[in-house]
Amino acid sequence: MSSPAIHTAPLVRIAKRDGIALWKSCLIRLAAVFLALVLSGLFIYSLTKLNPVDVYKAMYDGAFGTSRRTWITVREVMTLLCIAIGLAPAFKMRFWNIGAEGQVLIGGIVTAGMMIHLGNTMSTPLLLLVMGVASLAAGAVWGLIPALFKARWNTNETLFTLMLNYVAIQLTSYCVSLWENPYGSNVVGQINQQTRSGWFPELFGISCGLNVLLVLVLTVGMYIYLRYSKQGYEIAVLGESVNTARYAGIKPSKVIIRTMILSGAICGLAGFIAVAGADHTISVDTAGGRGFTAIIVAWIAKFNTFVMLLISLLLVFLQQGAIEIATQFGLNDFAANVITGIILFCIIGSEFFINYRLIPRSGKEAKGA
Amino acid sequence: MATEYAVELRGVTKTFGPVVANDRVDLQIHRGEILSLLGENGSGKTTLMNMLSGIYYPDAGEILVNGKAVTIHSPKDAFDLGIGMIHQHFKLVDVLTATENIVLGLKEPGRLDLKAAARRIREICDKYGFAVDPEKKIYDMSVSEKQTVEIVKVLYRGANILILDEPTAVLTPQETARLFAVLRNMKADGKSIVIITHKLHEVMEISDRVAVLRKGAYVGDVATCDTDPQKLTDMMVGHAVTLNIDRPEPKERTKRLEVRGLTVRNQYGVKALDDVTFDVYGGEILGIAGISGCGQKELLESIAGLQRIETGSIRYFPADDGGQTEKELVGMSPLAIKKAGVALSFVPEDRLGMGLVGSMGMTDNMMLRSYRKGLPIFTNRRDPKKLAEQVREQLEVVTPGVNTPVRRLSGGNVQKVLVGREIAAAPKVLMTAYAVRGLDINTSYTIYNLLTAQKIEGVAVVYVGEDLDVLLELCDRILVLCSGKVNGILDGRTTTKEEVGLRMTNLQEKEGAAQ
Amino acid sequence: MTIFSSQLFMSAIIFGTVILYGALGEILAEKSGNLNLGVPGIMYLGAIAGLAGAFFYEMSTPDPNGFLCLVISLVCSFAASCLGGLLYSFLTITLRVNQNVTGLTLTIFGGGIANFFGGALNTLAGGVGQISVASTSAVYRASLPFANDLGSFGKVIFGHGFLVYVALVLAVCMAWFLNRTRTGLNLRAVGENPATADAAGINVTRYKYVATCLGAGISGLGGLYYTMDYVKGTWASDGTIESLGWLAVALVIFATWKPINVIWGAYLFGYLRWLYNYIEGLGRSSQEIFKMIPYIVTIVVLILVSIRKKRENQPPASLGLSYFREER
Repeated sequence: MSSPAIHTAPLVRIAKRDGIALWKSCLIRLAAVFLALVLSGLFIYSLTKLNPVDVYKAMYDGAFGTSRRTWITVREVMTLLCIAIGLAPAFKMRFWNIGAEGQVLIGGIVTAGMMIHLGNTMSTPLLLLVMGVASLAAGAVWGLIPALFKARWNTNETLFTLMLNYVAIQLTSYCVSLWENPYGSNVVGQINQQTRSGWFPELFGISCGLNVLLVLVLTVGMYIYLRYSKQGYEIAVLGESVNTARYAGIKPSKVIIRTMILSGAICGLAGFIAVAGADHTISVDTAGGRGFTAIIVAWIAKFNTFVMLLISLLLVFLQQGAIEIATQFGLNDFAANVITGIILFCIIGSEFFINYRLIPRSGKEAKGA
Repeated sequence: MATEYAVELRGVTKTFGPVVANDRVDLQIHRGEILSLLGENGSGKTTLMNMLSGIYYPDAGEILVNGKAVTIHSPKDAFDLGIGMIHQHFKLVDVLTATENIVLGLKEPGRLDLKAAARRIREICDKYGFAVDPEKKIYDMSVSEKQTVEIVKVLYRGANILILDEPTAVLTPQETARLFAVLRNMKADGKSIVIITHKLHEVMEISDRVAVLRKGAYVGDVATCDTDPQKLTDMMVGHAVTLNIDRPEPKERTKRLEVRGLTVRNQYGVKALDDVTFDVYGGEILGIAGISGCGQKELLESIAGLQRIETGSIRYFPADDGGQTEKELVGMSPLAIKKAGVALSFVPEDRLGMGLVGSMGMTDNMMLRSYRKGLPIFTNRRDPKKLAEQVREQLEVVTPGVNTPVRRLSGGNVQKVLVGREIAAAPKVLMTAYAVRGLDINTSYTIYNLLTAQKIEGVAVVYVGEDLDVLLELCDRILVLCSGKVNGILDGRTTTKEEVGLRMTNLQEKEGAAQ
Repeated sequence: MTIFSSQLFMSAIIFGTVILYGALGEILAEKSGNLNLGVPGIMYLGAIAGLAGAFFYEMSTPDPNGFLCLVISLVCSFAASCLGGLLYSFLTITLRVNQNVTGLTLTIFGGGIANFFGGALNTLAGGVGQISVASTSAVYRASLPFANDLGSFGKVIFGHGFLVYVALVLAVCMAWFLNRTRTGLNLRAVGENPATADAAGINVTRYKYVATCLGAGISGLGGLYYTMDYVKGTWASDGTIESLGWLAVALVIFATWKPINVIWGAYLFGYLRWLYNYIEGLGRSSQEIFKMIPYIVTIVVLILVSIRKKRENQPPASLGLSYFREER
């Protein structure tokens, strides 16, 4: 009874970190990525018996093996990144915009509709401009709807935006059946395949040059907007505490509405890029789950758009690689989703070790980690 | 082995980051006694008791219950050991009824029988004279009803060791008397009771023994019959309370605010402020006294434009020109008030939840009230950075850097950042809510001196406080709020502590609790 | 072909049952404060595990025993879904990762796993549409022998496989559990105010884990029922399970977190989902618009609930937040 220590203290305790050195957090994230690579390598190995080195070689080959594959990879990265950029301001404001999937589709529908109906009536640059503006507007409206209700009645935005995704998907199905080509096929097919009217032109001799240009401008722009603009500051304050925002004279409802218009608009633009810059058609798979993946990208990157670029690259690389392996070994494409799941689980799990620290029983905890 | 102790703490230590909340505390709780745990705000009373009730886990030290070493990982462990705590912030589930809350987490044999439970609750209520409707939902209840539910909950569970954290802060005198009667009954029953408090008259009235904490460390204990408030105060603060706050006579009082018939309802439709009328003058400090939750928060927030006002008016006088340029503030948003040129600064009670952004550094927090200045679109961080450096230097803010998130600073430094910013805005009216809560003596004096300096410069200072000694030495006039009503405006130099205390608790009848 | 046709009611009940399982599981998880957006993924996991279990059993024996078919597929399905729930719980409760992010990842992951192995099973069985666990499916589809003699009305009521009735019993049991039992009361407290529940001696972590994992298991049965009954023990990666999974999430809101409301809500959603097929003169494109109705209705309910602010109809107060006791 005289021992000063408590005998049955819990094995480890969890305490919130006050802060963490940059190199430490980078190390933890790198470890997570490494773990994810090992796990997905194991997954592929168990299916194909390919030795791990060959797995990664095959994946690299799938993503960057030919210049065509490289451009597809880059294009995919840009679309995913664009959506994540759109989501960043909303999430920074702690507004759970789960509705990117729908906002992308709405932007895509508008773009496809204009390509079909206005194609060949105006020059491609002008048409692109019109489509871009229209998709921005359409996405903005789709983002505005839940924001209005959130601002006025505090309606749960997570569930609202989630439901709007399905409304948008049905709208897309509706448009697909309106525009199907050939009749009865229930697909829209390549729009303006002969004239390429409304397709993204080559830029700097690169097929997806315009995609890259648009999205990189957005990447830099959003970074600056969130870091250095007054509106970005308001978003940061509101995301931290509604009461502080009101105290500072910020009107929460106004900021919520403004930010969601922006968020929806950029997601709508992603739909424009996906349709006019990549698929040249519209279907319910135009968003293809990227609206959801982008949520995770934006969240993991802590709203830093340049980190988003890295994460998007990693994800798309693994996906494209997995698709390549799947093709080689007669597996199906869903292997890519399994790999995406694995890597995302690893990265989001690693956030714990960045935000908290474990204190072993001995109790000799280092002061101020 | 001595087992006359119901509970014994040996060398219990708890730290939160760099803050040592409890430093090697030894404390005994006897069977069948009422022990007062006395200490200033922030002396670690609640933290210590939270370790008994399983909310926190000690970093070091030993806890013995009935002579046996125990580990309390969770409130459940505490409950199994017969320890029940009534927290200052009620732990009740709003959408459940009183009965459901009371039986919550119990492992009684048999199926859940809410009717039988309600019957037992009524028996307990009748026995002790509580009035609580077991069927009533918590969200329909007043503050005092909620506390009653909390107390009945512990009684229902038959705890042997009862810890009450500032139980009387929200009670009327009658309710306090009734509570004390219950506690005496329980003591007679052989139970041990700990009351956490900083009200000396209650200590003297109810307890058998007093244990004192100061800055997280255990000072000592004394039998209540062998002591008096003066000695206790000495133990509590370490030296006799001679606050010696400098209080110059107000010069050139000019009217700045005129509040007339202000009535505000809280989110549940209860009147938080009821027909409040008073004036605020430049060149003086107006103290606002009252037991907590009597409308202080709503009053300041109404003036700052953060509350929806039902009726009444708040007029602001920017210059001493006979009311030529007066402005009506009711109906204006905080931004509109600012844009109208009203020089109003506000240090709110919730520093990191309202006054500052915890995840931002000092620089970005300096911008909070001024970020709209300068060029359109982009923020200017140069001036705020200069201001941050200035505040850091002048108020001796301890921080690794002006970009370190303020959440990581200690409470005193956080408050210096906030007060520094608000004063830097060169206000005509400066409102502060519990400006020294949780701060050490030195920082508290820094704050008092800052406020007095503002008063000398002709600023109208509104000081909402809880420590009567400070109110009596700092303020020129003291407005006493009681249940949302003005219960007298007293002269700070001539009034007595008894007078203020009486007015804080004695309104004609309890009102505002029921709908 | 009218909107009162018994065939429509049959289909409504079938899809309604899938949604019912999904929503019941989700209610359990949400009552503990976990907004599990992984429900579609979990239903996928339940579907593929049940199918795979039955498939390998039927492959291994020339004469499959119906009872064993049933037990194997049920256990596989429930266990796999629980594992999905466990992964979600570990990440959100122990590692305190954001719930939305974790749930969405689980949906991507579950859908990937299920469709990947579904495709693999198809290949094993000799091509798309070839996989068929006929014996197992027959057990799930067996209805009471006299159901066919009762006319169309009787068939609508009694002509289903047993899982339809299990779902109903489960819903009633869950209502009873949540409102009338100690554990149910404790669970509700955990979802409303974990700090209070903790102070009352309730093991918040355990409640959250158990509720979320069991909830996931129940949701997974929806996927199993879809696979065994509606698509007759085959696999089709057409995304129906995912869309029904999101409908289940919607239904929880629609029912304002009450299991009894979920029953009629599920059948209503099932009915609305098929209604377009039974309205004369509806073009293919208008049908797509019609399919929006359940989602629109849910949005309307969500808005109404938020406007009326009736305390009993609100989501559990701590929904979506993780709990950390030493938080200051």
